[in-house]
Amino acid sequence: MSDQQPVPVDEAPTPRTPHKGHEPDAGGSRTAQMLRDVTTGNFGVTVLAFVLALVIGGLLIIAVNKDVITAAGYIFAKPGDFFAAAWSTVSDAYAAMFRGAVFNYEATTAAKALKPITETMTVATPLIIAALGVAVGFRAGMFNIGAQGQVIMGAAIGGYVGFAWQLPPVLHLLLALLGGVLAGGVWAGIAGFLRARTGAHEVIVTIMLNYVALYLVAFLLTTSAFTRAGSNQPKSPGVKATAQLPLLLGDQFRLNAGFLVAILAAVFVWWLMTRSTWGFRFRAVGSNPHAARTAGMAVSSSFVLVMVVSGALTGLAGAVQILGTERALTGGIAGSIGFDAITVALLGRSKPLGIFLAGLLYAGLNVGGRTMEGATGTPINIVLVIQSLVVLFIAAPPLIRAIFRLPVPNPALVKGVSA
Amino acid sequence: MTASTELVTKAPAVTAKRSWKLPITLAIFGVLSLILFGLLAPSGQTTRFGLSTSTDFVTFDPVALPSRATAIILSLASLLLAAYSFVRVRASQRVGRWVPALFGVIWVLTFLVWAVADKSTSLVSLLQGSLLLAVPLAFGALGGVLNERAGVVNIAIEGQLLTGAFGAAVVASMVGNAYVGLLAAPIAGLLIGVMLALFTVKYAVNQIIVGVVLNVFAVGLTSFLFSSVLKENAGTLNSPPRLAALPIPVLSEIPVIGPVLFRQSIIVYLLYVAVAVITVALFRTRWGLRVRAVGEYPQGADTVGINVNRTRWGNVLLGSMVAGLGGAFFTIGSVGAFGQEMTAGKGYIALAAMILGRWTPIGSLGAALLFGFADKLQQVLGVLETPIPNQFMLMLPYVVTIIAVAGLVGRVRGPAAAGEPYLKE
Repeated sequence: MSDQQPVPVDEAPTPRTPHKGHEPDAGGSRTAQMLRDVTTGNFGVTVLAFVLALVIGGLLIIAVNKDVITAAGYIFAKPGDFFAAAWSTVSDAYAAMFRGAVFNYEATTAAKALKPITETMTVATPLIIAALGVAVGFRAGMFNIGAQGQVIMGAAIGGYVGFAWQLPPVLHLLLALLGGVLAGGVWAGIAGFLRARTGAHEVIVTIMLNYVALYLVAFLLTTSAFTRAGSNQPKSPGVKATAQLPLLLGDQFRLNAGFLVAILAAVFVWWLMTRSTWGFRFRAVGSNPHAARTAGMAVSSSFVLVMVVSGALTGLAGAVQILGTERALTGGIAGSIGFDAITVALLGRSKPLGIFLAGLLYAGLNVGGRTMEGATGTPINIVLVIQSLVVLFIAAPPLIRAIFRLPVPNPALVKGVSA
Repeated sequence: MTASTELVTKAPAVTAKRSWKLPITLAIFGVLSLILFGLLAPSGQTTRFGLSTSTDFVTFDPVALPSRATAIILSLASLLLAAYSFVRVRASQRVGRWVPALFGVIWVLTFLVWAVADKSTSLVSLLQGSLLLAVPLAFGALGGVLNERAGVVNIAIEGQLLTGAFGAAVVASMVGNAYVGLLAAPIAGLLIGVMLALFTVKYAVNQIIVGVVLNVFAVGLTSFLFSSVLKENAGTLNSPPRLAALPIPVLSEIPVIGPVLFRQSIIVYLLYVAVAVITVALFRTRWGLRVRAVGEYPQGADTVGINVNRTRWGNVLLGSMVAGLGGAFFTIGSVGAFGQEMTAGKGYIALAAMILGRWTPIGSLGAALLFGFADKLQQVLGVLETPIPNQFMLMLPYVVTIIAVAGLVGRVRGPAAAGEPYLKE
């Protein structure tokens, strides 16, 4: 299915040369093939998937709205009322979402008008970094479903360095970030090691490690090393000023240097996957482990390495979240960053630029959802429905084509899908 | 017949490499138990276990045991088992699966004797609670078994449990009858099942991705409907009657076993039936053979005329109904009202139970009971204020699962074609 794609920038010298149609059975590469199918595709499908998800979300919002239900009671007497109520409900909700996520055109000051977009960027920061980590795994054929646990461990260790150690300014911040990188790398490395040594599937191990991390940090927050002196609240001391990521736009906005870290991380992943030997090896193993083994690559050690790199990035996301935004460790430090990161990585088709944009979109929906809930009473959970539907639709281009009656671009392509 | 069995049992003895993993693991845990729970424990304490409830036909006095001595004796028994497995492996003989199982039971009992030292706990209510907490896990795992035996990985168990819980609560509230709610749960689970089958079987999207995303979808949908509809109309839509306990005559009067197994609500009895039916159906019928063929080698199944994708559709839908039924436990089976994200990751534990149970219904039930027991134990010990931090007890099922899939307690292998969409050329 990668055939249909206009050759992207980072596609150049890879072993992923598109085949016309699929071989009957490529053994272990089938999973990798499926991963590529999800992570490639054309832009039009993405837009239509998004539109379709918004429409379904809108229908759900209408279905539970009191005014609309009242109007539906006399729909045959006055159909206009029903459609007017339905339209105003949905447009109010989505307009509020836009105001909350991008630009508040009802604000009185410039700062208040611009606050939403900076908030979206702030929320997007850890999402982007963690999704980059997940994407490294995807492109190497490994499912890192454990981003949540790695974010938690990264935040715990990065935060610990930040609030417990005394160091000069820049060095302190760098070491705290490094702490997060190491913690995430080790945590994911466990799954990679077990996969390489015993064949234990990384999906199961990483899911289980999520919970182990959750309870481990809950336990740490009961110990004296991680709690404030004289307090038994499960909350750590504040991160010292020397280890904080500086605010970028002054005190009014929460946007911090973590956003720059996210940009650097995206550039790094682009370089790693397309310009480095490691990246070549990762993609080769992801495309076809048998071929990679035949070519003399150490496949088992790649499993470990991929997971360590993937976890290092997700751990960094945790460190950035605590050093930049949260500034103290709590049990809920990771929110749902790690789970959202999986969706963001899929939405961004596992490409750095795509993930960057997908992260902003995803964060925008979350941030805007809050405003929507406050202004119109539409529960924010609708955002989860929209987000999950977008990913499902993007993953199944034939479904989108069937719904919108689009022509099939390449006959060779359908063979693999609908037969 | 005898000749062939002999061949089968003899063959590994000659070719198989001796694996010391099991004896070493058992020995380490045995020594740990002896030192931690036995030798290091203070002497002169007693542990009291209650063996009956007040309503029993025959009641027993609680058993009082000297904590340290009992723990030491039990630890020695577990070390004996470890020694037995050493001898077997040394002689290149197979170690029966009952060895690690019995070891586990003894080890947990030792732990319990130590943890409850100078306190008392009712074994009956401990086991009763364990079974109850195992119900959604077992149903979820059974749903997973039905899916994966046909070659579809089901990460969406969590979502199926959640929609099942939601559907059961809402319908039971509307009708005012818990049993109607129980019928609604599988239908609600089916919603996720249809989506899972549509995307994984028809559109051949990666099964793990669809599962993960469907869980998000289920959380979003149920939470949205909860906050927008159920909260305001809690009286009419979210105050379901609960399933009453239905003691089975005679059987429920058996000491200890009676109250634990036969004084439960209908959902527990349904679980017994489901495990038996699915076991027989999968391993003793033509249908089951076909399903397993599809899960192991779809190309081969196709060659002999089995419709691979239709089989998968059927099993995914059936599995989602079974998992959805388990979801009913969270609402009408226990607390009544639905709450946001009330399944709290139980679907993932059900997935783990399925793996630990080696993709068999009975094994899944056993693993679910183990996890249910760990959960109940954590609740009981939390109240008793034992030396173990609560968080480590909560961690236990997950750590056990990691150890299990890493092969420390024997190799775990799932259906060969699970995760691979079947694309006919």
